[in-house]
Order: sequence, then C-alpha cells, then structure tokens
Amino acid sequence: MILTLQTPRPLSRLPRFLPFSTNASITLNQSQPATSTSPSPPHSQILSTRHSLLSRQFSAADLLRSHLHRLNLIEPHLRSFLHLPDPADLLAQADSLDRRIAAGEDVGPLAGVLVAVKDNLCTSDMPSTGGSRILEGYRPPFDATAVKRAKELGAIVVGKTNLDEFGMGSTTEGSAYQVTANPWDLSRVPGGSSGGSAAAVSARQCVVSLGSDTGGSVRQPASFCGVVGLKPTYGRVSRFGLMAYASSLDTVGCFGSSVADAGILLHAIAGHDRFDATSSNQDVPNFLSHFVSASSFESKPLKGLRVGLIRETIGDGVDSGVISAIHSAASHFEELGCSVNEVSLPSFSLGLPAYYILASSESSSNLSRYDGIRYGNQVYADELDSLYGSSRTNGFGAEVKMRILMGTYALSAGYYDAYYKRAQQVRTIIRNSFKEALSQNDILISPAAPSAAYKIGEKKNDPLAMYAGDIMTVNVNLAGLPALVLPCGCVEGGTAGLPIGLQMIGAAFGEEELLRVGHIFEQTLENCSFVPPIVAEDIAS
Amino acid sequence: MASTIFRSFQVHSFMLYPTSLVTRRNGVFRFTTKASQSQTETQQRQQTKVSQSTQSKKLDKIPKDYEAVIGIETHVQLSTLTKAFCGCPYNYGSHPNSTICPICMGLPGALPVLNSKVIEFAVKLGLALNCNLALNSKFDRKQYFYPDLPKGYQISQFDVPIATSGFLDVDIPMEFGGGHKRFGITRVHMEEDAGKLLHTEGENYSQVDLNRAGVPLLEIVSEPDMRTGIEAAEYAAEIQRLVRYLGVSNGNMQEGSLRCDVNVSIRPIGQSKFGTKVEIKNLNSFSSVSRAIDYEIARQVQLHREGQEDQIVQETRLWEEGAQKTITMRKKEGLADYRYFPEPDLPAVILSQEYVDGIQSSLPELPEIKRRRYENMGLSMQDVLFLANDKNVADFFDATIAKGVDAKLVANWIMSDIAAFMKNEKLTINEIKLTPVELSELIASIKGGVISGKIGKEILFELLSKGGTVKGIIEEKDLVQIVDPSEIEKIVDKVIADNPKQLEQYRGGKTKLQGYFAGQVMKLSKGKANPGLLNKILLEKLNSQS
Repeated sequence: MILTLQTPRPLSRLPRFLPFSTNASITLNQSQPATSTSPSPPHSQILSTRHSLLSRQFSAADLLRSHLHRLNLIEPHLRSFLHLPDPADLLAQADSLDRRIAAGEDVGPLAGVLVAVKDNLCTSDMPSTGGSRILEGYRPPFDATAVKRAKELGAIVVGKTNLDEFGMGSTTEGSAYQVTANPWDLSRVPGGSSGGSAAAVSARQCVVSLGSDTGGSVRQPASFCGVVGLKPTYGRVSRFGLMAYASSLDTVGCFGSSVADAGILLHAIAGHDRFDATSSNQDVPNFLSHFVSASSFESKPLKGLRVGLIRETIGDGVDSGVISAIHSAASHFEELGCSVNEVSLPSFSLGLPAYYILASSESSSNLSRYDGIRYGNQVYADELDSLYGSSRTNGFGAEVKMRILMGTYALSAGYYDAYYKRAQQVRTIIRNSFKEALSQNDILISPAAPSAAYKIGEKKNDPLAMYAGDIMTVNVNLAGLPALVLPCGCVEGGTAGLPIGLQMIGAAFGEEELLRVGHIFEQTLENCSFVPPIVAEDIAS
Repeated sequence: MASTIFRSFQVHSFMLYPTSLVTRRNGVFRFTTKASQSQTETQQRQQTKVSQSTQSKKLDKIPKDYEAVIGIETHVQLSTLTKAFCGCPYNYGSHPNSTICPICMGLPGALPVLNSKVIEFAVKLGLALNCNLALNSKFDRKQYFYPDLPKGYQISQFDVPIATSGFLDVDIPMEFGGGHKRFGITRVHMEEDAGKLLHTEGENYSQVDLNRAGVPLLEIVSEPDMRTGIEAAEYAAEIQRLVRYLGVSNGNMQEGSLRCDVNVSIRPIGQSKFGTKVEIKNLNSFSSVSRAIDYEIARQVQLHREGQEDQIVQETRLWEEGAQKTITMRKKEGLADYRYFPEPDLPAVILSQEYVDGIQSSLPELPEIKRRRYENMGLSMQDVLFLANDKNVADFFDATIAKGVDAKLVANWIMSDIAAFMKNEKLTINEIKLTPVELSELIASIKGGVISGKIGKEILFELLSKGGTVKGIIEEKDLVQIVDPSEIEKIVDKVIADNPKQLEQYRGGKTKLQGYFAGQVMKLSKGKANPGLLNKILLEKLNSQS
C-alpha cells in the first residue's frame, strides 16, 4: 500500500513544534497557541519560539534545557552529532539572552534558536572534522560565514553533525566516526551527506540546522528524514568556512521542520561576503513576509503559477511510491490554482556522469591541502613522499580516496579534454536546458530522490547504485539553481511509513518565490505531519 | 633532502584579518626559527648596472661555429600592500610565520579573494612590455605537492594569460659592443608565490615559513631571442628597470623580488632546429645570469665538440656562485603533469577597454622612450644609459633641464661629481640635499659668469651635503666672480710685482710659467677671478716689455 498525502499515524495531533519537555512549568497546552485548532501563526518553530520568548511564556534557558533533554535522550539511537559542546556553555548563552530579553533589549531574529551545524562548516569554538580522520580534533581559528551570521543573529549552536567524509556520500555511512540512523526507522540511513543535520531536525534535537549541498546533500537527506531542505542558488550564501568538496557546486543549505524555518535561517545567512569571491552581490529579498498563516490565504493562493513536472524524473528507476507521491503533490498544486504540465529536460540523464567527473576533479584538488604538514593528522616518515602518502592513506576513507583517484585521472594530461572539458560542456547544456524550462514554467518539480530511505549497509558496497540515487539532485547543482525539498507524502516502511520529499526548483536567485510557494503548499497540506515515531514515542512516554 | 621530517604544527589562536596591515603575533607555531636566519640584508640599490670585467673575456670564448639560444622566465614579486588573495602584508625578512592567516595557510574552508592591485600591476607591466592584453582571462590551479605550497596547488594562469606577444627593447652598453636589441615576450601571467623551507644544518627536519606564501607574482616568459649571457643579463636588467619605473616591484634580486630562470641550448650555426635546452636556477644577480649562461654555453659546446651532445639532457642545473659553474639539480623525467584546471574559487578576470586605456594613459615615461629622448638631446649613449638606468636619477635630470639649462652640462654634473658623492656617501639621488632647481641655478651661475667653475664645484659639495641655495652660499661666502678688468689688473700687477724672479725667467723664454702666474692670481682672488679675463690681462702684462 502506498500512503501519499495521508497521515501515516495519528501524529498530526502531536505538537508540531516546541517544546517537547519534561519541564513541568512548560506544559504543552500553555505553549501551543495553535496546532489542531485552526492555525493563527504559521507552522514555524522559529516564529513560535520567538513569540514565546518575547511574551515571556518561557525562557531561553528553559527552551534549551528541554531541547538538550530531548537531544540526549535520542542521541544514542541516532548518533547524529559528532560533537556536543559543554551544556554549561550553552546555558550561559541562553541565560545571557534571557537577561537581554528581561532588560527589554532588541534580540536578533534567531534569538534562542538552537542550530545544529554540519561538521564540514568551520566553528571556532568546536572541533570541525569534516567527518574525516585526517582532521580528527582539528579546531579552526574562525567561524564559517554562515555560522558567524547565524550566531550574530542570536542562534545557539548546539553541536556539530555527522556527515559523509567531506560531504562525499549519500548515506552518512561514509563518516570516519559513526553511522547515523534515520529517525523514522533506525535501521535505515538518514541520507547524506548532511545526514546528521537532517536527522537532528527530524528528531527535534534542534530547531534548524545548517548543511551543505554539492550534489543533493541537503535535499536527499531532507527527503529521507521528512524535513524541509533548502539548497540556495550558487553564490547566495558564502562558502567561506565550508570545507571545499567541489567549489563550483558547493552550497551551504538549511534544514527546518517547516518551510518558514528553513527560509528564516537562509535569510539570516544569505548575502554577499567579501571573503568569498563567488558569493553574489544580489540583494536578499525579505522572504519572511510570505510566512503568514494559512487562514490568510485566498482560496486559490497559487493561481496562475506554472508548475513543470520534469518528465525524466518520474520514469524508470524511480519507486512507484515516489511517483505516486509526486503525482499527488501535482494534484495539490492544481488545487491551489497552479497549472501543472510535464516538461522534458533531455539532457537530464547526462547530469550524473558530468557531476561525478566535475565534483571528483575539483575534490582531487581541494583535498590536496590535507597533507599532514600544517594541521590534522600526520604520519611521521623519513621521506617527504612517505609522509604525504602515509598521512593521506591513513587519514582519508575509501570513498574519498576513490574520488581523488577519479578526479586526478580526469584532470591528467591527455584525459582532460575527454573528461573534464567534456563534462563542462555538458554542464553548459544542462544549464541552458533548465533556463529554457524555467522560461516556460515558474517552478519545476521532481522527486528529491528515486526512493525513500533505504537500509543501512544496503548500498555501502555498491557505489554506482549509491551514485545513481543522486540523479534527482545533481543537475540542479550543475545549473547552480535554488531548490526546496519538503515532505509531501509517505511510503510503507519502518513502523510509521517513510517520508517522501518533493523537490521544487526555481530560477537563479528565485528563493523568495520557492519559499512562498513551498510555504503555501506545506500549510495547505492537510492531515499530514512529519514527526518521526522516535519523537512521538518519546512524547508519549 | 635524504632524511627530512616535516613536523606538523598547530595554530593556537587566530583571527582573520580582512584589511589590517598589522603584523600578527598570535599565529604561534610549534616550529619557529632563529630570527637571524632571515634578517633583511641591506638592500642593494644599484644593481641594475651589469658590470663584470670578466665578461668581455668570456665573450671571446663563445665559439664562432655555434649559436646559443636563450630564453628567460622572470618572476617579479609585486609590491602590493597585501598578498594576492588575503589581507596579509609581506615584508621581506619578517620573523617566520608572522604574516600569515587562514587563507594563505590554506586552512580548511578558507577561500582566496583577488587583490585588485594585482590586476592593475599586471596590466601596467603587460602594456609596458607592448603585449596584447586578454580582456577576458582567468586563474587556474597548478597542482603539485610540496611543503611550501599550503593548498597543494598554486593559483596561476595557464592557457589564457593576462598578456601575450609583446617585446622589450634593450640598449646594449658600449663596453659590450653596444647596439639596440629587441627581445620578444611570449606571455605575462599572474600567480602566487610559495612559502620557504628553512633547513638547519645538522638537523633531520625542515621548517616551513609561509610569510611569502600568497605574495603576488608576475611571471614574464621571453621568446628564445637571446644569444649571449650579456644579452640575457641586459634583458633582465631592463625588466628590473621597467618594474621600478612602473612602481610595481622593488625588483630586488638579492631579496628574491626579481628571479630569473634561464633556458640555454646551443646549435651549430645555420641549423634551425633547437638543441636540447637546460634550465639554470639560482641566479642572484645580473652578472651571475651572464656568467652562468656563458659557462653553460661553453659546457655544451665542449660536449658537442667531443661528439657527446647526447650528454646534454633536459634538466635543471644550479649555478654555483662559489665554483662559478652549473651543476645538475634534477633531471626531468618526462613532462611534469600539473593537472591545470580553472580555479573555481575565483571569478573570471574581465577587463574593460576603458580600464586598460586608463592605465595606458597613466603610465610613466618608460626607459626605452626616455633613452630615445635623451639620445635626441645629443647625449652620448653612455650618458643616456646612466641617466635612464634609475628612474629617480632620470627624474632629477629631467627636473633640472626643465629649468632651461644645457642637458649635456647637467649630465656631466650628475655623472661625475654628484654620482661620486652618492657613491661615497651611499646615498640615493632622493637622499642628497641638492635639488634640481639649485643644480640648474648653479650651472646657470657658472655659465653666466657669476661664479667660476672651480667655485661652482665648491658650492656643489656644500649643496650636496648641507643643502641651501646657490644664491645664499654665494652671498654668505662672498664668492661672486670678479669680472671687473681693473680689479683683476690690480691683482695681476701685485702678483707680477711680487715675483720678479719668475717674471725674468718668463721673459727669458720660459713661457710655461704663465700657469704659475695664473695660479697665483687665482689664489690671491680666492678663486673668484674670471679665468678668461685673468688670462687675457695676465698675458698682456707679461708680454708688455715696458
């Protein structure tokens, strides 16, 4: 049986947002202005947190304690974090915020918001390993720009999340340290490479999280974990402080349990950064104004919107449950007033090989700096070449080594034209075909992945099968476009079904439109809530 | 480097300095090195002149039946305030690892952002070398592993350099045969410098100093147009002159701000195919460029003569200054594969024609143009080369002649007494107290007869060491020349009266005593008597029989 747009379990009655707490002073009834009753503020943990803090319903310290409680309760099952800071440090931050609120000071739009950060984003107060043994214990001297901006706006970083080593993988099994489980079914992968960040939001270990998306590393785990994942336009968010995997494809992305949360986080971190020459000077529009209550929507709130369903993404090799979910999503769009048409991107299938050549090529170069000389793990040797060889052999995992080898090969004299250059030409074709499709459609939709989350270990020894799973997402990186993934349905699996993500692709720097449409889609998706059983069970207990 | 251990090091505390030019002190490494190891050596200011007495001898050694083919790759370190891709300053001789940041250290997550001055300097040099500028160029990564290369790749330019197909005009000094030569420029491209390895005698490890990592360079590749060591050295000297004129580099070879690697091959005269080329490194002065090449030519010719041309292999040789010879550094095993690809962290370098035109119109008068202008003034080639060698000297000269005094006279003063003074006192022309205005005043005063040439020299040294004005010194010391014939006559009369014996001898036919009398008159007048008048009156008096 396929469950699409159906409530898998009676989870919709459960709170969609904070607090999940054992703290008696914060009862569910008090702190929930709207859930099952007709909503007034939209479904957004950030907005309701802010409302509660500013109206003194509860303090930032209470909020933090209840979250840390949840985080620690669930963490042994999920293992989504590589590093958790001393709770006392976090409490000090929360206390400081409470004092400022009490004093009536202005607090930033992310005040008290608990953010988890993927471990390939540099943080000066916590280790940053990129999930790699070669950077074990490495502590950067600076914060990544995205982290810095979130902190400046009041966010509290609750920890560093697990990932496939340097972002290379689609399951988070490629981490040198641990395997993260999917909150919906602990025997399944959370997706990757930002699996830790996706799982942490899904399991409500944090409010929102930062990830990175080079070929789908935010969107695919968002789909697998039933959360919202936002991959911005290339250049929208500074890459400074993001450990480079493939520089021309890397983007810093956001996870949230709602479109509004992901959008608010993006707004905080987006914009030009003089430390990243590829960051854009384009103004960041104020998309926050679109995050309004569903009750204020018109009857056909998306009237006139042209939605293109990418034909190549709903064919062979895609699970039927996924296809049904996407068709249901298309129907929902039509109900909202959109016109939905199938659109063909003939170059779509070329994206995967082009992506793996370009990403591997760039990564073979970007990872050269991990040589054991200046930082990270070094294997002592008498000869320079042995020092390099042993440090890198010891420090990198199998997947990383494979991609370095592939990339080195593709860039070698005599092969450059056949591989790298050709892949760049394919990239241009793909970019143009998206441009063409987006001139006839306002947004394009597709699944975020060809299947729901699969079992841990299922594809570990079959890299080609794993790479094939990236077919839905890599083209978007090659074209540099923004994309929003949000849960739109479920298929059977686990104890409560497994979420399916809908990918919405917009024009370059069209995040505002994506978020507007995504928010309306989400808020009007009735009888459907994406809270994984591990959270529901915890609340029940 | 048989047994080298590179010890890892860690950064303890760091801040990112976006704009600051302060020396950072908190980049602490587990390794440090003795500060004395790389203290700044006194800057050699006058190194442009290629002067080696041995060179003319070497020239003769070049055999007539072989021809050498020489090309030069020159790396020019740009004197931008900050490095190419980060906000760190670079000062030669700073304490190791004192001017580094996450970006030039290649820390994870750090990204390069191009210093726009690098482009400006590249465009300046490209235009000055008469190149075609690429309005649309890009950066590439050149990949190799070495501990002085923090990122594992050098940001450089590969297939689309910023400037191509230019030329450089050089005047060969008279002592080396003279003549005007034009050497082709293949390309000029932008790149970043690497750090430095420091080896301590007797220790089994090396240390890495990253102060230099990320310093902007321009690499200038010449066509293989040079035929002798002298030509190559003059080419290099002209490059140095050019970068100093343009203000893009201090061009200091000892500090490594200007580095020349030369490629040398030989072939029998008449053969069009190039011989196997050998690269020579470690050339720290123009004379070593010249001598190393001449040595290498002789070595290769010798091998040819002995029928052992197969012993000439493509390799990198090191010039040993002590032994005055080249030795094998490394043999090249095939072509190194640097796996160049476009640098994805930096946008393409797009220049507008207006930008280029703006820089073109702001270029100073370049050495070649200056030399032709001086030549047209009637100056000798020796004068021309001396004056145009140093932009500051040329500016001084130009400012002086702008006051309307004779160019040849100005050149003479600068090249003789002023140059000698600068040399003795180890001063540059900008450091002496004499100003162009006063030099022109001085020359005009002599020419106008206000003072004698002899007095002029005295005033000159006063001006050079203490400053002041010509008028002031003349007044203060009462040095105005005596031009009144009656006054000179009085002195002449006195001298003749005081020297009856010499007068007798003179009149007896020993006429060369005239000089003696003139000297006495000059002495009595404290050097102020007008020499022409003096001699005229003296002769009249001596020869009058009354």
